[in-house]
Amino acid sequence: MNLHGIRAIYLFEMARTWRTLMQSVASPILSTALYFVVFGAAIGSRVGEIDGISYASFIIPGLLMLSLLSESISNASFGIYFPKFSGTIYEVLSAPVSPLEVVIGYVGAAASKSVILGLLILATARLFVDYEIAHPLLMVSFLLLTAITFSLFGFIIGLWADDFQKLQIIPMMVIMPLTFLGGAFYSISMLPPFWQKVTLFNPVVYLISGFRWSFYGVADVNISISVSMILVFMLLCLTTIWWIFKTGYRLKN
Amino acid sequence: MESIISISDLGKTYASGLTALSDINLDIHRGEIFALLGPNGAGKTTLISIICGIVTPSAGTVSVDGHDILTDYRATRSKIGLVPQELATATFESVWAQMEFSRGLFGKPPNPSFLEQVLRDLSLWDKRDAKIMTLSGGMKRRVLIAKALAHEPQILFLDEPTAGVDVELRHGMWEMVRALRASGVTIILTTHYIEEAEEMADRIGVINEGKLGVVEDKNVLMNKLGKKQLTLTLQYPLELIPTELAGHPLELASDGHALVYTFDAQQEHTGIAELLRQLDQHGIGFKDLHSSESSLEEIFVNLVSEKA
Repeated sequence: MNLHGIRAIYLFEMARTWRTLMQSVASPILSTALYFVVFGAAIGSRVGEIDGISYASFIIPGLLMLSLLSESISNASFGIYFPKFSGTIYEVLSAPVSPLEVVIGYVGAAASKSVILGLLILATARLFVDYEIAHPLLMVSFLLLTAITFSLFGFIIGLWADDFQKLQIIPMMVIMPLTFLGGAFYSISMLPPFWQKVTLFNPVVYLISGFRWSFYGVADVNISISVSMILVFMLLCLTTIWWIFKTGYRLKN
Repeated sequence: MESIISISDLGKTYASGLTALSDINLDIHRGEIFALLGPNGAGKTTLISIICGIVTPSAGTVSVDGHDILTDYRATRSKIGLVPQELATATFESVWAQMEFSRGLFGKPPNPSFLEQVLRDLSLWDKRDAKIMTLSGGMKRRVLIAKALAHEPQILFLDEPTAGVDVELRHGMWEMVRALRASGVTIILTTHYIEEAEEMADRIGVINEGKLGVVEDKNVLMNKLGKKQLTLTLQYPLELIPTELAGHPLELASDGHALVYTFDAQQEHTGIAELLRQLDQHGIGFKDLHSSESSLEEIFVNLVSEKA
């Protein structure tokens, strides 16, 4: 295994994060803090409790997931798209690194950045809301699993995209609506019965529900189903990436 | 001569249906400078890209130092350094960070003293902390060369290395390439500057429309295909070439003040003696004469136009 190669890609990508600290860390923390102020403190005080949890605490896992998904996707997609756009991808393609090593380098860096960001958001939330984490180990595992899976997904988008618009279209037009409609700000039991069934087709429901369970021990859907869903999605992403490298799609021809 | 790269029946047809290469058979000798000449779109960059692993071949095989480029890509790619045609470099990174990145990417452990030497050799040491976006085009080109050398390759591909580079820097690069060859590195370069190939190459391959035409030792190629011209400056200008001389490959030049005779220097009988005798017979006097050889550029143009 080319460990030096993995390290080089990982450090290059992380250096990009530190170089763009305001954009990559400060901005998501600020926007999440605003969510807490508006939805948690201002509106939340009028909403009352959901499943025995104060509204401000209830929205923490959903907000964290919202940032985690969008940041994982944008970090990983930009990380691989930009070398394609600028032409510097030639160096990675001509290097003695396997597709798996390339993925570990790029996706590992994107996921690391998302996890760091997630933990920072969690710390920021503490400034506004008191919360406890019922299953800290599971919470961290969920955080890691989600960051890796959606970084893999972002990596696919970055490989597929051939212009900047395509890079934005899935995070903006698909992920954002699915997260808002996936129970980030409400429990799905609050929906009319018909929409409760429809919402189960939204994969983000399972992520938010499982993540909320790791915080408060309450969930809209069974935790094992949530974990299975994310593992299935991860497997799908890995298979797609394997196919892309095998065929050279949008990379080699 | 021992070959370091062996290419057999190589072909590449893109998904669009465009055939960029077909039936390429070529051996690159260890330690030589090989120049690949060809017009735009001839397939030079595709050929290099396949050997380096950037483009997947449609047919044929390539082995580098005995290793297949597809099944044993780690071994082949670690031996190769590539300087691409485009100035594709990370913009916001420092020169030093990029050197470390390139070395690591190719699986080599850190070696700051080696990287320092490479940068010094390319007069980039003073710029090691500069962001690449602040460098001039010529410096960026040198950064690309430095990056390609960062992992100590045995084979270096230079795809149009001196495109857009001023004359002084070009000569500096030629010296660097010669020094690399002296240290045992095999060099394959593509160029539009025929002068560059003529100056540096040991062997030359001409590629056109995806097919490899001539592959020959540079001197042999020039001897074999080079034509000589004898120019006679006339005492009195001619309006037409006399019909008695029509059998000779003659042209009038300088408004009739000169006669240009083209001949094959390799042939035993060049026909010069006969021409001079006939000129004397017809009272055509000349006050000066000189001969010239065709340049590699002219040879190249002839080869490409013959194929077309």
